Amino acid sequence: MKITVDEDKCCGAGSCVLIAPEVFDQREDDGIVILLDAEPGAGQHAAVREAAAVCPGAAIEVSE
Amino acid sequence: MSVNEQVLSYPIPAEAPLEPPAEWAELRGGCPVAHVKLPSGDAARLITRYEDVKQVLADPRFTRQLTAPDAARLSADGGGVFNSDVAQIIPDSGDGHLHWRRLVGKWFTAKRMAAMRPRMAEIADSLIDDLVERGAPGDLRAGLGFPLPVYVICDMLGVPAEDRERFSYWSDTLLNLTRYGKEEIEAAQAEFFQYMSDLIAAKRAEPGDDLLSELLAAGGPDEGGLEDLQIIVTGMALLVAGHETTANMIGKMVSMLLADRARWEALLADPSLVRTAVEETLRLDANSGFGLPRYLPVEAEIGGETLPKGTTVICSMAAANRDESAFEDAASMDLTRSPNPHLAFGAGAHSCLGQSLARTELQVVLEVLLRRLPTLELAVPVAELERVEGLAVGGLRTVPVRW
Ligand code: HEM
Ligand code: SF4
Repeated sequence: MKITVDEDKCCGAGSCVLIAPEVFDQREDDGIVILLDAEPGAGQHAAVREAAAVCPGAAIEVSE
Repeated sequence: MSVNEQVLSYPIPAEAPLEPPAEWAELRGGCPVAHVKLPSGDAARLITRYEDVKQVLADPRFTRQLTAPDAARLSADGGGVFNSDVAQIIPDSGDGHLHWRRLVGKWFTAKRMAAMRPRMAEIADSLIDDLVERGAPGDLRAGLGFPLPVYVICDMLGVPAEDRERFSYWSDTLLNLTRYGKEEIEAAQAEFFQYMSDLIAAKRAEPGDDLLSELLAAGGPDEGGLEDLQIIVTGMALLVAGHETTANMIGKMVSMLLADRARWEALLADPSLVRTAVEETLRLDANSGFGLPRYLPVEAEIGGETLPKGTTVICSMAAANRDESAFEDAASMDLTRSPNPHLAFGAGAHSCLGQSLARTELQVVLEVLLRRLPTLELAVPVAELERVEGLAVGGLRTVPVRW
């Protein structure tokens, strides 16, 4: 699994961090997404897919 | 006459307190860009399909400029004294809005919310103590749902505990245009504004670990921060945006989960379902209020129809959230549903800034209730719950429970 995030689309609502805190974080100074792990292990895949599906800015792309 | 030909009055009334009106499914199926008449008498188009609602909310051509001369008025009295003033002080679109959102957004990170959890649980515990002490049956709305979000916002703004009741009163007056007279509302607004101005002066002199201090620390507009007036109004806007919405949702969430007690039992047996259960109640909230209005200053196409410049569109997120083409078995409540990309918090650049906070509050309330009052049940039949239409969001008048 490979993840990319689009900072311009991110609206900083933090849904991804609530679901997959080991993969996503938010910048301290504006709440925009930080990708901690672009190729997470299998244990994270379900959470990452969920985060991508619910991201209000459609800012998370996942390719398998 | 079928739903396709008539001009529906909007909002569409529902017969049962927790169930959607039958028209939603008909509209999604056969009339996804319906003609509706608003309470003001003005005409608008109602969008009910998931894809369409999501697309409109993410498309900047569909603006929030409801003050445009040819935009539909929502209600006859203009509705919302407060919103129009706020829009003049806090930028509503474009780069200015983005700048504001990023400054305020840094307080709403998921991490910060996680750090607030223990404090939220403490607040919930002490409110439940009071509810228990007063004895069953009690009103979960007045005893827990209504005060909790105000207390949380007060903590966030660095408002001392002894001033919380004043905040509750201000919030109530600003949001209940029907219950209070014009003079009372204006007096409350002036008092609230004065309080916030003083609070900001105090925070400037002695910064704390709170959102207002942080906004002040960013400096003035020249240094990339906000003007004092914008900070004051931001504080007021957060109370208005975050109180009624969350307060009502607590009542509706608990009612939905108790309406079929098997749901409550499932949560007691496996509290790890709390997170997905909260999302599912947000998705299935049939009484989420007016929906989101948008104004089109240019021609645009949606759902296969071309809408002329000047059209006002109402997005029904609640109808979209029950769209079979987006959610499997959309009408039924599945406490394990995942992913659950519902639109209760909107979508796109304006999607709810406080959604991590709201989610965390709802999760904490539910966790504490399951722990403290496992025998909780509704004290009246579901059909006797009574809806209220709020300014921003619908709710239940009371949520009578026993335990
Ligand atoms: C269950 C509770 C809540 C619901 C259902 C909800 C829903 C929404 C929705 C649908 C919007 C989008 C408005 C639009 O697109 O025009 C919104 C925006 C907003 N919400 Fe919430 N909200 C909730 C709780 C909160 C809380 C707790 C706060 C903060 C204290 C908050 C702060 C905001 C702000 C500041 C905006 C404006 C964002 C912007 O314009 O960029 N909300 N909310
Ligand atoms: S969920 Fe999407 S919009 Fe929200 S912080 Fe994560 S990437 Fe940004």
